Amino acid sequence: MKLLEVKNVKKSFDDLEVLKDISLEVSEGQVVSILGPSGSGKSTLLRCMSMLETVDGGTLTYCGKTAVKDAKYATKSELKEIKSYFSLVFQSFNLFPHYSVMKNICDAPIHVMKRDKEEVAKSAEVLLKKMGLDSKADYYPYQLSGGQQQRVAIARALNMKPKMLFFDEPTSALDPELTAEILKVLKELAEEKMTMVIVTHEIAFARSISDHVVFMDGGVIVEQGAPADVIDNPSNDRTRAFLKKLEQ
Amino acid sequence: MMILAENAGLVPQIIDICRKLFEGFGATLSIFFLTLLFALPLGLLIAFGRMSKFKPLSLLTKLYISVVRGTPLMLQLLVVMFGPYYLFKVPISPDYRFYAVIIGFSLNYAAYFAEIYRSGIQAVPKGQYEACEILGYSRSQRFFKIVFPQMVKNILPSVTNEIITLVKDTSLAFAIAYTEMFTVAKQVAASQATILPLFVAGLFYYVFNFLVAFIMELVEKKMNYYR
Repeated sequence: MKLLEVKNVKKSFDDLEVLKDISLEVSEGQVVSILGPSGSGKSTLLRCMSMLETVDGGTLTYCGKTAVKDAKYATKSELKEIKSYFSLVFQSFNLFPHYSVMKNICDAPIHVMKRDKEEVAKSAEVLLKKMGLDSKADYYPYQLSGGQQQRVAIARALNMKPKMLFFDEPTSALDPELTAEILKVLKELAEEKMTMVIVTHEIAFARSISDHVVFMDGGVIVEQGAPADVIDNPSNDRTRAFLKKLEQ
Repeated sequence: MMILAENAGLVPQIIDICRKLFEGFGATLSIFFLTLLFALPLGLLIAFGRMSKFKPLSLLTKLYISVVRGTPLMLQLLVVMFGPYYLFKVPISPDYRFYAVIIGFSLNYAAYFAEIYRSGIQAVPKGQYEACEILGYSRSQRFFKIVFPQMVKNILPSVTNEIITLVKDTSLAFAIAYTEMFTVAKQVAASQATILPLFVAGLFYYVFNFLVAFIMELVEKKMNYYR
């Protein structure tokens, strides 16, 4: 089943065309990585998919429900429903500094989704344990390392019970050691068949975790396919040039 | 003028002055607390207007803040006191003097608080708003749960400054002949031909502000549970 369909999406900031006719699909249980140099539009694409930015053209469909058709957005209530299908993990975590770890994870499920308090707290405990943070429930974000904060952010996203999870360069603000922590968590999620779209610079990681790799440059998808094809055997010159630069 | 009035000991004189000043201190306190009561929430409304995307509203509040900050509080008190009569021929009742003081002070301080609020709200990182968006918070949830508490922490030092200024500014009520502590001090000083009452009044303000600073420091410490 297709969880996300992006068709002919366009996006400009003033005169700058950042996304030119982007199309891709994400099926249930799939891990899709988006690679590309800075300024290629990959983060903007993810932000459009997360509806933090509005598109200027094209169609977005989530779980068969159309959120945007030819740049026309659905009604508020329809969008609210659709937005509950996905969650996003930010590069800079964006935890709420005045909330404890537990409250960060539980507040939205209780007050937005109106779920039962105890049930939410229980699932939060399970998630924290999974993230190796069960002893940190009462800590505040500033008391945690970057890697721990990002794991809290992932737990917060998962506690919303999304059908798919988006990651916007989840390790770019972390040093290599902490990056490994986060990549391990993502790997576990992939093994549990969590549907994920990951914008990343970690090529080796993308190759090992992804079912599908998208390479973007200059606002277009230059190449997409299985990681073995796109990363190991790129057919496009720009992809080759990009990968070569990273090897150096 | 001498520091001491003749033919009296220092201590009984000071006690006498304190008793008289206390009579005016009630008025000073009511200006202080009522101004905070009205100006703090009103400032938030003005800050919203100032940050509104609706241009006429944001321009209007900008003009309001500009005029209030750009003219003396003393003049503003006079306008509030006598404006209704000279502009609209509304008769002024004797009770109005007190209301004029409170209205004038509240309108003035609200403008300053509005700018403090605005700085505190704009200091909340954009990522906090995006996290709220992704988690599905409504606009009011976003403001009251996430933005407001962080704003309060951001603005506490500036608010302390403003409150301390307010304590001293209460003495400006004399401009429209409203009798608060400093007016009393001046009257006593004139009648006894001594400046001792003015010193004592100064001490009153200092102790009051010492308390204000102490309490605000406690509040700041309380907010230090996160960074």
